Amino acid sequence: MKALIKYITDIFVAIKNLLKGMGVTWKQFWAKKVTMEYPENRDTLVISDRWRSELTMPHDENNEHACTACGICMMNCPNGTISVTSSTVETEDGKKKRVLDAYTWNQGSCTFCNLCVLTCPSKAIAFTNDFEGAVFNKEKLIYRLNQPGSKLREKKKTQ
Amino acid sequence: MNYKQPLELTGLIANLDAFFREHLSPFWASVVEGLLILIAIVALYAVIALALIYVERKITGFFQSRLGPNRLGKYGSIQSIADMIKILIKEIIHINRADRFLFYVAPFFVIGSSLMAFGAIPFGKGLQAVDFKMGVLYLIAVSSIGVLGVLLAGWSSNNKYSMLGAMRSGAQTISYELSAAFSLMTVVVLAGTMQLSEIVESQRYVWNIFNGHIPALVAFVIFLISGHAETNRGPFDLPEAEGELTAGYHTEYSGIQFGYYYLAEYLNMFIVAAIATTVFLGGWMPIQVHGWDGFNQVMWYIPSYVWFFGKTALLIFLSLWVRWTFPRLRIDILLNLEWKVLLPINLFNIVMMVITVLAGWTLTDLFPNLFGLA
Ligand code: SF4
Ligand code: SF4
Repeated sequence: MKALIKYITDIFVAIKNLLKGMGVTWKQFWAKKVTMEYPENRDTLVISDRWRSELTMPHDENNEHACTACGICMMNCPNGTISVTSSTVETEDGKKKRVLDAYTWNQGSCTFCNLCVLTCPSKAIAFTNDFEGAVFNKEKLIYRLNQPGSKLREKKKTQ
Repeated sequence: MNYKQPLELTGLIANLDAFFREHLSPFWASVVEGLLILIAIVALYAVIALALIYVERKITGFFQSRLGPNRLGKYGSIQSIADMIKILIKEIIHINRADRFLFYVAPFFVIGSSLMAFGAIPFGKGLQAVDFKMGVLYLIAVSSIGVLGVLLAGWSSNNKYSMLGAMRSGAQTISYELSAAFSLMTVVVLAGTMQLSEIVESQRYVWNIFNGHIPALVAFVIFLISGHAETNRGPFDLPEAEGELTAGYHTEYSGIQFGYYYLAEYLNMFIVAAIATTVFLGGWMPIQVHGWDGFNQVMWYIPSYVWFFGKTALLIFLSLWVRWTFPRLRIDILLNLEWKVLLPINLFNIVMMVITVLAGWTLTDLFPNLFGLA
């Protein structure tokens, strides 16, 4: 008899619990949807600042950057993604000085580990969160970061 | 009482029939009409499947806080057509050391069984292809052929996942068929007939689910549960539990052969809902109240097939709601549920129904003048 009563109460408890579960999903059904419809919501899209997608070399208004062409970023990159080419020039006061010719970064092989940015002694490079980097062939993924005609920012100027 | 029914298709069908009888000999008229009906049913089958796939994906999305398909067409409405084209042009992969003949024949059992059940459903006033005297029995019989296809598919694929999936599915379908049949029998006791058209007609003023109150309600719930289990859909989808069995019995199928299983699964969901509608919820009969002629007239302006599809859609929504609420059952719990819970309740319930009918406790017996029977 006890078993029978338990059997019957179990059924009602089960029904009650199942209905409770259905109540939860019913609320979920009407809840606001989390789907983001990407190209349409471009204007309101929020991408976290920590998101790393494009390496840039910030230039100031005089078309000057902070890269001393030391090559530390190139050496630290685990993937050989960065190549820094430089040449040595002689300044007016007779000193030999290294200047940056081309700073190329290949987005196709970059793992966005951020080591280059962390190790740069001059803080010359930075990642931005501009994520729309898709292109139609991989040659287009190789970017030259220093702008044409740009030169090294003089230390004294900034101080 | 004769109500105006401007949107019914009965007139159109009668005209067509008269047209064929006039221009052809009786034999050829029957042949042509039969063919037309066949085409109409197959077309309806495909259209309903496409619509259901879209609706299911959309509703699933909503239950999971997503939007579901939203790219192709307005609100993604032609997504399932694109999917159909994709599945049609996919390669059919030939399986080494599979039992060729059975492997190719198996999907036709599944789809054939669901088509046969589909053909007997009354979609509306005068929209029933075959109206057997033993309609309910026929539905139970043909829908159980499907399990043969599932078992053959599992066995002929020469794959252990398929085999396990098929065995599970076989055990599950055969067990739950029992419950489904018993709950339908409960209604047959109440309605006193197995002919679907008569069952619908008898629910003119009161649906069976209300007429038989408690036993009918219990039978309805049990039918929904077991129908759900029979169609192998969640939470009873363990024949194709992806985590354990890759895809269960149709693991080895590809291209359109897989498409058949897919189609049959969706259509079986529809068929279960349609049977429940017909048997418990008054089928295509509009909601009518005896004596309220104005109200009844308004209800009749809505054509009967809209009533039918509306009620069926409600039940399909219920089935999706259940599917995305409950976790999948383990096979032993599943069989326990059937043999230790549903079946005893069902047997008890059918006795209750017999008592209710014999003792005159149905609503029509208790309040005959409400339903115009006095
Ligand atoms: S983020 Fe890492 S992989 Fe990419 S360029 Fe910098 S060091 Fe190389
Ligand atoms: S970006 Fe920084 S680390 Fe790399 S070459 Fe320039 S100064 Fe050196």
